[in-house]
Amino acid sequence: MSNNQGKSNRKLIGILIAGAVGMFGFGFALVPLYDVLCEQLGINGKTQNSASTYKPFTIDESRTITIEFMAQIQSDMPWEFKPEVKRMRVHPGELVRTHFKAKNLSLKDTIGQAIPSVSPGQGAAYFNKTECFCFNQQRLMAKESAELPLIFFVDPDLPDSITTLTLSYTLYNITDRGYVGSVE
Amino acid sequence: MNTLTREAEPNMEIGQVEAASDHQDEHQQHPSGIKRWLFTTNHKDIGTLYLWFSFIMFLTGGAMAMVIRAELFQPGLQLIEPNFFNQMTTIHGLIMVFGAVMPAFTGLANWLIPMMIGAPDMALPRMNNWSFWILPFAFTILLSSLFMEGGGPNFGWTFYAPLSTTYSPDSTALFVFSIHIMGISSIMGAINVIVTIVNMRAPGMTWMKLPLFVWTWLITAFLLIAVMPVLAGVVTMVLTDKYFGTSFFDAAGGGDPVMFQHIFWFFGHPEVYIMILPSFGIISAIVPTFSRKRLFGYASMVYATSSIAILSFLVWAHHMFTTGMPVFAELFFMYCTMLIAVPTGVKVFNWIATMWRGSLTFETPMLFAIAFIILFTIGGFSGIMLAITPADFQYHDTYFVVAHFHYVLVTGAIFSIMAAAYYWLPKWTGNMYDERLGKIHFWCSVISVNVLFFPMHFLGLAGMPRRIPDYAVQFADVNQIVSIGGFAFGLSQFIFLALVIKCIRGGEKAAAKPWEGAEGLEWTLPSPAPYHSFTTPPEIK
Repeated sequence: MSNNQGKSNRKLIGILIAGAVGMFGFGFALVPLYDVLCEQLGINGKTQNSASTYKPFTIDESRTITIEFMAQIQSDMPWEFKPEVKRMRVHPGELVRTHFKAKNLSLKDTIGQAIPSVSPGQGAAYFNKTECFCFNQQRLMAKESAELPLIFFVDPDLPDSITTLTLSYTLYNITDRGYVGSVE
Repeated sequence: MNTLTREAEPNMEIGQVEAASDHQDEHQQHPSGIKRWLFTTNHKDIGTLYLWFSFIMFLTGGAMAMVIRAELFQPGLQLIEPNFFNQMTTIHGLIMVFGAVMPAFTGLANWLIPMMIGAPDMALPRMNNWSFWILPFAFTILLSSLFMEGGGPNFGWTFYAPLSTTYSPDSTALFVFSIHIMGISSIMGAINVIVTIVNMRAPGMTWMKLPLFVWTWLITAFLLIAVMPVLAGVVTMVLTDKYFGTSFFDAAGGGDPVMFQHIFWFFGHPEVYIMILPSFGIISAIVPTFSRKRLFGYASMVYATSSIAILSFLVWAHHMFTTGMPVFAELFFMYCTMLIAVPTGVKVFNWIATMWRGSLTFETPMLFAIAFIILFTIGGFSGIMLAITPADFQYHDTYFVVAHFHYVLVTGAIFSIMAAAYYWLPKWTGNMYDERLGKIHFWCSVISVNVLFFPMHFLGLAGMPRRIPDYAVQFADVNQIVSIGGFAFGLSQFIFLALVIKCIRGGEKAAAKPWEGAEGLEWTLPSPAPYHSFTTPPEIK
């Protein structure tokens, strides 16, 4: 094999290996990219993970949005977990306060993490929480119960086609994971 | 030929002859026995190793399919436990994709690309050796996990999280490492193919003179380099999620299990075309030979292949219509998917136009090629049905999907590999294969494969879910027919094995060009092809 060919072979191999390594990195880059896309497009029902600030909107009295609350627990979570009210009717722009009730049924201290999801997904970006128990891990001692607060408002820009928003929380048992701080 | 290449040629020839004689000295006393195969850097030896390995894997994965079909012969649980059934479906899929189809294509590439472009060997012979010899280790690791406590992978070949993370058996690490090794092997093979095609073409072998098999493999190699690393990435995330406490796919830790499907299918859909583009190249070689006409629309074939490859990156989410995507995304992926039917249609049209008014003869390679065109098109049509978003909600995860991808992979990819084996066996072994046995193999295969997969369409439309060991009684009759077809198809492949062994051991001597309609540089070499292909570059007409 002539030297010239050896040289151009090495160059091409270098480019191709760089391409493969780059695509390996791209696979991991898809992770933050996916989160950004979901957040921006409000798909997948993901809501924001941190508190939003409430600026006094003009409350749109002409529209009423039904908000439904759902609470689920993962199978290995020894808690009782349910919303205080299952459904409420709010005006867009109105700051609303409610809470969920949680009770640790076991004899062990347990740490839970609630993950919210809004349906329909297109409405997720308009459902804003100024305070939510889902921003932090929740620890309940054995047999302890607690009221977990949620303060939210619906953005008045919510598309007219949406009249009902369902907020669903799934509570995960993360006691064994040894997490410190919030999931953020 | 223009003056430029004529001037360049003598120089090249001297360089190549020197290089070739160096090589011959090196190989004059090439080791015999097992060492010949372990240390070989010869493209034909490595091609042979790949092809035999792929056939062994084909039988291994096939044996698992037989277990699956035996269990599904009747409703209820007869032979195996559900967990073992899941391991069978998982490993059957993994072996057939990564162990049978992909190595077979790499083997064909090794054997044929240097001969087709007028090169003495592959560009990177030592890497070639390595990329083959790590494969048996990968599959040993994968198969040995079956014997571990808790069993082997049981989460489907698509290893969706959380099945492969939260709920997977302890042997998942072995699965992950075996996928890593397979990925490294494929990437090295792809690099070798690209470097060979770009740098080692004989003088005068311009891009638009390349045989289509070479073109399709070049494009496949780029797809491999683009997506195999993504697969490596996603299995690594599964590994760290399961063993090191990360939360890529775990909602409790801020991850998202649906993201797994996005990353997986970003790899997975181009992977589908990795397994079919070389087939297009094979069929484009065989159909003109036995039609005794030039291939219709060569340039459009090249452009169609390239557009399929590009589109394959824009359609991955059609595997996940039911995950709750926004309507806009569902429509986008639906239309992009349907767009792929256009270049594919161009190809099918060109093959038929090649046959049109040709002097057709129906030797075994041609029979397999025609069966490919018809049956692959059926698989393509069911693919279009699945691409229709609202209809997919009905078909998703049913036997209709199973029927669809077995039509494109078995009667598509595998039939094309069979066709290629029959077509080039005389060149490889120097002997003609037994035509009568070949025809028996073809008719047994083509009838049984349709008995096997066609009724699955109806099972799926009637609502039978895939990947279940037990089913409602109303599906029993059709499942029995399917299982009988499955056993018959499995047994038919031993005819092929017998034929290949018979052909290697002897038979009517094959001429350099045993098919009078064949075109291409590989037919200018004697049969069997000499150990080193083109020690002097051939003249390209």
